[in-house]
This record gives sequence, C-alpha cells and structure tokens, in this order.
Amino acid sequence: MSQERVSLSKARQQWLGWQRILRIQRPGDLFFRGITLLFVLIVLGLVAGTAWILISNSLPTIRRFGFSFLTNKAFDPVHDVYGVLPAIFGTLMTSAFALIFAVPLGLGAAIFLVDFCPRPLRFVLAFLIDLLAAIPSVIYGLWGFLVLAPWLHNAGEPWLQQHLGFLPLFAGQPEGVGYLGAGIVLTMMILPLIISVSREVMLVTPIAQREALLALGATRWEVIRHAVLPFARVGILGGVILALGRALGETMAVTMIIGNQANEPSLSLFTPGYTLASVIANQFGEATPGLFLSAIIEAGLILFIITLITNILARWLIASLQRQAQGSRGGRP
Amino acid sequence: MTPFTPSLRHRGRPRLRYLGALLLLGLLALLAACGNSNSSSGGTTTGSGSTCPSTKQLTGAGSTFDNPLFSKMFQEYPKVKCGINVNYQAVGSGAGINNLLQHIVDFGATDAPMTNDQLNKSTSGPILHIPITIGAVAISYNLSGVSQLKLTGPILAAIYEGKITTWDDPQIKAINSGLNLPHKNITVVHRSDGSGTTSIFTHYLSAVSPDWQSKVGAGTTVNWPTGVGAKGSSGVAGQVKNTDGAIGYVELSYVLANNIPYALLQNAAGKFVAPSLDSAKADAESFSNIPADLRFYIVNGSGDNAYPITGFSWVVVYQNQSNSDKGQALARLLWWMVHDGQQYAQTLNYVPLPDTIVSKDEAQIKAMRCGSSACYSGS
Repeated sequence: MSQERVSLSKARQQWLGWQRILRIQRPGDLFFRGITLLFVLIVLGLVAGTAWILISNSLPTIRRFGFSFLTNKAFDPVHDVYGVLPAIFGTLMTSAFALIFAVPLGLGAAIFLVDFCPRPLRFVLAFLIDLLAAIPSVIYGLWGFLVLAPWLHNAGEPWLQQHLGFLPLFAGQPEGVGYLGAGIVLTMMILPLIISVSREVMLVTPIAQREALLALGATRWEVIRHAVLPFARVGILGGVILALGRALGETMAVTMIIGNQANEPSLSLFTPGYTLASVIANQFGEATPGLFLSAIIEAGLILFIITLITNILARWLIASLQRQAQGSRGGRP
Repeated sequence: MTPFTPSLRHRGRPRLRYLGALLLLGLLALLAACGNSNSSSGGTTTGSGSTCPSTKQLTGAGSTFDNPLFSKMFQEYPKVKCGINVNYQAVGSGAGINNLLQHIVDFGATDAPMTNDQLNKSTSGPILHIPITIGAVAISYNLSGVSQLKLTGPILAAIYEGKITTWDDPQIKAINSGLNLPHKNITVVHRSDGSGTTSIFTHYLSAVSPDWQSKVGAGTTVNWPTGVGAKGSSGVAGQVKNTDGAIGYVELSYVLANNIPYALLQNAAGKFVAPSLDSAKADAESFSNIPADLRFYIVNGSGDNAYPITGFSWVVVYQNQSNSDKGQALARLLWWMVHDGQQYAQTLNYVPLPDTIVSKDEAQIKAMRCGSSACYSGS
C-alpha cells in the first residue's frame, strides 16, 4: 500500500513538473514565455550572424596568410600583404594602460562619493560624473587631438623623457600622438563608467554590516576594506569589464590620437601605433573588394575574438569570486 | 550624519535619464531622415523636351574629394533642360567602386583609377573611366619663421622614407639658401584613412624616386615607413598645425580654403612651383599621350608652370547600360558635368578640366551603349 502511495505521488509530482514546464493552465504565462524566448533567440541570432559574416568574409585572408596575419607587421594594400600585429598590440596596450589607471582612480573616487563626500556635494559630483560618461567619444577624440597631443608633444613627453627617460616606457621621439595620448583619453573615457558602477554597488552594501563593523570599533577604512569591498567586488568587477569592453572597441577617439602608424610593437609609450578598431575605421571606406576588404574584416574578427576571450575570462573570474564568497559565508557558523 | 545611507531615489533616476537619451536619439534619427529626404528631393523642374529620358533620379557614390563640387553640380543639374535629381553619397572612392560593382549605384566616383583586378570583377562588361575634375596635393609644413620653403621630389621621398630626419639636412639647405632652417626633427604626417589624395601623392613619389617605388609603392593606402597618421585632410592639416617641425600633404582645395602654408615644389622642368588651380591645370595640359582608357596618373608633368602632384578624379560607369532609358539619362548627366558643370569648379577651388581632357571624355561618353545604339544622342 505504501508503495502504491509513493508511485501515486511520484506520478503527481511528474504531472506537476510537466505543468510547470508547459504552463498548460496559464496561457498568459505561455505567451510571455514565448515572447521572451523569442527575444533571447534574436540576440543569439545576432551574435551568431555577426560571427558568421565576419568568418565567411575573412576566409580569403585566412586562407592566404593563415597565422602570419597575426604576426606580420605590414598592412600593405599596394603589395597585397596584410598583418595586424601592431594593431593587436596597440589594442591590448592602450586598454591595459587605461585599466591600470582608471581602476584605482575610479575606485577611489567611488569610495569618496559613497563614504566621505558631504551630501550636497555628492549629488553634484555624481551628476557631473554621469555627465562625463555621456560625452560622445568623438568629443574626447577632439580634445585629445587639439589639446592633449600638442601639450604632450611640447611639454608632457619631453618632461617625462627628461626625468624618467631611463625607463623603456619613455624612450623614443616625443610625437604627441601615440600610445600615451590614446591611453590617457581611454582612461578618461572609462573612468566615469567605473565610478558610476562602483558607486551604485557600494551604495547597496547592507547598512547592518557597516554598523556591525563600526560597533566593533573599526575605522572608516576598515569598514570599506572588510564590509563594502567584499560585498561590492563582483559588481565592481562587472563595471571594470564593461569599461574594458569600451576601451577595446573604442574607435573614433583613439583613431584621432593614436597616430595610426603600423610600428613594430614597442614598450615606448611615445610610439605612434594602431588599434584594430582604428584600422577598420581608417581603411574601410577605401577598401577594394578582394584581399584588402577581407583583411579589414579579419581585423574585425580578431577584435571580436579578443572581446569574447576577455568576456569569458571575466565571467569565469566573477563566477569564481562568487563561489569563493558563498563558500566563505557558508563556512562560517 | 548618515553618510552611507543607500538612497532609493538616487537609484531610480538613471533609468529616466536613459529614457530621455533614447527619446533624443530617436528625434535626431528622425531629423537626419528628414534632412536626407529634403536633399534628394530638392529639385522641382524637369525638362519638357520630347527627347528627355523618363528616368527621374540617378544615384552615385564614391569619392569624398568630389563631394563639394558634386553637391553644387547636382543642385544645379535639375534646373537645366532634361535635368533630373542626382543622389550622390560621399562614401569614399573604394566604397564607390564596390557599390558600382554590386550594381547599387548608377555611377561611381573615384580618385584612383580601378585596377585590372577590380575591372575583372565586373559582371556587366567593361567599365569606362571619365575624368571629371582635377585635384592637386599641396605640401604643408610647420616651421616657425620659415616661409617659401622649397622642396624637390627626391627630398620629399627621402623625408617620407625616414631618410632625412631633420630640417637642417644638407640636402634641404642646399636648395633653400635664403632660409634659416632650424635643427629640428621632422614629424612626418600622412593620411591614416585610405584616400585619393594619398594615391596621387604616392604615385608622384614613385615617379620621382625609384627607391620609393620599389619599397613602398603607390595606392590609396600604403605601408608608411615612418611618421604619424591623421584622419582626413582636416586631420593632417590639424596635426601639422599642432606640431612644430611637421610636414604633411593636404589636398589643394582644402589648403586654398583654409590659408595653410605650403611648400614650393620643383617640377620636371626644374622650376619651383606653388600649388594652385592654374599650375595644376598646366600639369594636366602638359600630357599629350594619355592612354585611351584614361586610367592615368598625370603626376610630374613637363610644363614650365606645371605643379607636379596632380591627378584626375574619375566617374566610373558601365559601358553597356542594361536599362536604355537610364543609360541615356546618365550619358546626358555626364556630358553636362564635363561641359557646363565645369563652370562651378573654380569657385569651389577645383581645377576645371582642360579642353584636351574634355574631348577625351566626350569620346568615352559616346562609347556608352544602350542596347544596340549609343546612349548619348546629343543634348
């Protein structure tokens, strides 16, 4: 008898499960489910379509040059030889530069805004920072081109060379435009993004946690170190990834200040360089069908892959951080 | 004191702001769309002659260099007999050629002639090149206190190859005896985007320097041995203006319109010539044996007054027009552009076509076929 009851309840459970999956009794839910599924499929289709177009159109250069496309320095339509090593290097170099400076700056600014800033000032500052994020990139580019580059050429880079010239970073002829200028502009562009996201996630730290630490006699810094940052780090990392995505793909502003010259990868920040996005922006208009066009599309494909890899790495990092956080929380009594 | 109270009001507002941004974006898109439709439906009168083709609009795409001239021409064309609207998109020479090959447009416009490879990609038979205007490239520089700088072709090539790196190089000094040239590094500026200006400039360097020809070559984009790249004529001009000791090449119309200092260049006859509409025209006139297909670089002409960095800008069309009526309208348009249309060139700082070229253009236009007969039947 008891066996019978078990099997009955099993069947009932199964039925309920199916009901849950199929949503038989709720047409509204079914409809809503279908619509949202459709939206997701559209997004998936867009990504797949982009990848397909990029791959299929870059087949000519993939077949012709293979791996050497990644290691060749020359992008030479005259002799139909193409390589994007300087552009890959420039993309990674300028993005790394921007992250190295923007993350500590942005975090510091966000901590100030959340914990130390007087209320009226906080409102004004937050507004200004959000405004900074809304400035079109071409404006940053113009500023870089008209203000920053001449200043770097005449004052900034010579000064760096004079005082820090022994570092390979500051060797070579100061040109104004180059990795340094592009890195600075990118830093400025992603800074507001990092500040905004960090501030938002820090604001939602449970007050109880802060108060608990304060009650234990913690200093402000200790509260931030032990309550706010552990709570917010996943969100902050998300903001950093958004910022990295912007830095990797930024086209207009970087094109205006990076110097657009396919130089050998060099540690010197004064070197005029190239990024993948600016190769595409510069060359697409005049690209003629054949290897030239295919090379530009393959540059796009490589940028796509770089973005994909950084995103996967970032997801993995976030996931492991979350696991860690849950693990440590669960471990406590 | 509640310095870290999370405020709900605070968190709600960004959404509103994004909504506003979205609305603004939509409004802008709408405005842009309106702007487009206005410009393409600007003309009103259509010729009433009985022989006018019934085609109401032609589309073209290509060279950005041609755009100011074409804008003026296509603004005026609907007002002439049988004139119709022409929709021209300045998408760049390469994209113009692509559009023609994909049959998206009725004509393309390019600052560099199509290569044999490109011509072979045509699925509709031969493509005709029709020079429509002439462009020249000025050498702009930034050296405080130095004016009337003189340069020769080989020196220019050596500078762009990175072989001459300072302004007081003996070779530059030798031809500028009156000038006090500083010991300053030369910052070489070139176009970063593919461009007809680059094509004309590099064809000139190839013509005067075998070394350049073998190592770098000529085209709308080349693999620059040195320097920094800037986008567009305005980018190069701005970079030169910003950088003491810079040299760059900028299309003549831009230089004339913006009063930018330029160098005098030694021509094939040994004279130092300033870039101007007249000296560019003199260069074009000095060529007597231009090949019949008109795919030809008129750099380094032989005349005394010829400015050597000069080149055609072409309209490219299919010789065999599949739609006879459209073909006739197109032939009429092209005929008007190389004749009456040329009157707008000078005021816009373009070089009007010399008669020697116009007669060659006429032959090309007459060679367009609409079915079994010629597309052009007189105006």
